[in-house]
Amino acid sequence: MKLVMAIIKPFKLDDVREALSSLGIAGMTVSEVKGFGRQKGQTEIYRGAEYSTNMVPKIKIEVVCDDDLAPRVVEATQAAANSGAIGDGKIFVLDVSQAVRIRTGETGETAL
Amino acid sequence: MTFTKKICGAAGALGLSLFAAAPVWAQAATAAAPTVDKGDTAWMMTSTLLVLMMIVPGLALFYGGLTRSKNMLSTMTQIGAVACFAMLIWVMWGYTMAFGDGGNAVISGFGKLFLAGITPDSKAATFTAGVAIPEYVFVCFQMTFAAITVALVLGSVVERMKFSAVMVFALVWLTIVYFPIAHMVWASNGYFFGLGALDFAGGTVVHINAGVSALVAALILGKRIGYPKEPMAPHSLTMTGIGTGLLWVGWFGFNAGSALEANGSAALAMINTFVATASAGLFWMLAERAVGHKPSALGFCSGIVAGLVAVTPAAGNSGPFGAIVLGAVASIICFFAVSKLKPKLGYDDALDAFGVHGIGGMIGAIGTGIVYAPSLGGPGKPDFNMGHQLVVQIEAVVTTIIWASIGTVIAIFIAKLLTGLRVSEEVELEGLDLGEHGERAYNM
Repeated sequence: MKLVMAIIKPFKLDDVREALSSLGIAGMTVSEVKGFGRQKGQTEIYRGAEYSTNMVPKIKIEVVCDDDLAPRVVEATQAAANSGAIGDGKIFVLDVSQAVRIRTGETGETAL
Repeated sequence: MTFTKKICGAAGALGLSLFAAAPVWAQAATAAAPTVDKGDTAWMMTSTLLVLMMIVPGLALFYGGLTRSKNMLSTMTQIGAVACFAMLIWVMWGYTMAFGDGGNAVISGFGKLFLAGITPDSKAATFTAGVAIPEYVFVCFQMTFAAITVALVLGSVVERMKFSAVMVFALVWLTIVYFPIAHMVWASNGYFFGLGALDFAGGTVVHINAGVSALVAALILGKRIGYPKEPMAPHSLTMTGIGTGLLWVGWFGFNAGSALEANGSAALAMINTFVATASAGLFWMLAERAVGHKPSALGFCSGIVAGLVAVTPAAGNSGPFGAIVLGAVASIICFFAVSKLKPKLGYDDALDAFGVHGIGGMIGAIGTGIVYAPSLGGPGKPDFNMGHQLVVQIEAVVTTIIWASIGTVIAIFIAKLLTGLRVSEEVELEGLDLGEHGERAYNM
């Protein structure tokens, strides 16, 4: 099993969710996060006082899927989240050693 | 009709000292007992409540939104509490100090201590001969002015001043600063009134007074920890926006209510409170654009308030187009005061009580001496002497600045002596909501 973790622009969430749903992904976890990469923060000005915020708001999506599906999840996410501008985000793929469905106790891919 | 305070003041100095600016007819009133008009009374009761709405929740939300989220409740609670305290002090000794019978140019007599002698049948004169409003309504209307003025001062000292210190400060400041200046401006035997200073709804007594006191208090109290290095962005401009709207609507009670009657003078104050404010809201954003910033929501809100402040003394003393220019000028100057002058001088007027109310109040008070001219569409008489009027206006402004500064120094030092004035570093960093009130504004 793989964990596909994608950091994307907040307004791309719906596109990515739709793309992944059409692949048959059964679930995902979404969090609001902040961070920075090459895209630096923006400057805010309040009554002339300038604050540069170096953390940019992003959405983090976490999807666990079986090994075969992982490349297509990555591909679909990359395509859906792409706006062509700096700050579109990153996708990470991690190995997952176990999964358990809490209600039934099922384990492994059947728990997904 | 338009009331000419100049003539009134001169005559008033000779005669009976009654209430805000009606003395000339107070003498006539003894001949024919003034009648109370139900329409006037209803309007003045409404105006009084509109001014209350400016404080809670108007000013509380406006200021609260500008603070950091850890100090939201502290800001709102301080405003509400000093306003309540002001109401009680007002009926105990405030009203008589400002509007009691007798006294001198600086303070009234103490005959109405604890509202002695006032009954439902007591009348307060208006600006029209033979027309009065119930004195209790006048007491309440003026009570809300005292309450909002002391709350305005807090804008510079929030996020670091102890709640107990705020309460002690309010007690002393109202007594030695607000009541005497209110008397000087509005009572028939008051000093500025006698000079013939034009101040329709309290540009000197409310805004210059509050703004200058706020600056002095902030200078003595010192900067917030981390200012200006750390970001201290407003935590909710949505709240500030709601507060701005409530202030604007409430301000019609403040300005048009200051006519004391539901008449043409109130109508003039009303239209000016619309157009000066509209002009100021837009011109602040234009000023932002001119220096290369984006037109901002906070700029819009700040402009609205700057316009309201500036039009306060001019409300019934200007034509609508004079008011538009006055709003624009005040807005642009206030923009530079808060965004350029303040950082340059380095004082921490946290929410710009001085930059908006102090500076805007001065522009308004001095500008009133210009826009009053009949040649500029103002309601002045044909023989209006602008040069002389400007000298009088500036004299009132300077006297207010000096009086407010000295009184604030005394009030702050008494508060310091009794309470320590400033919260501990630990409380300041954790936020005054938890440290001073044991609550959080947002539990999410």
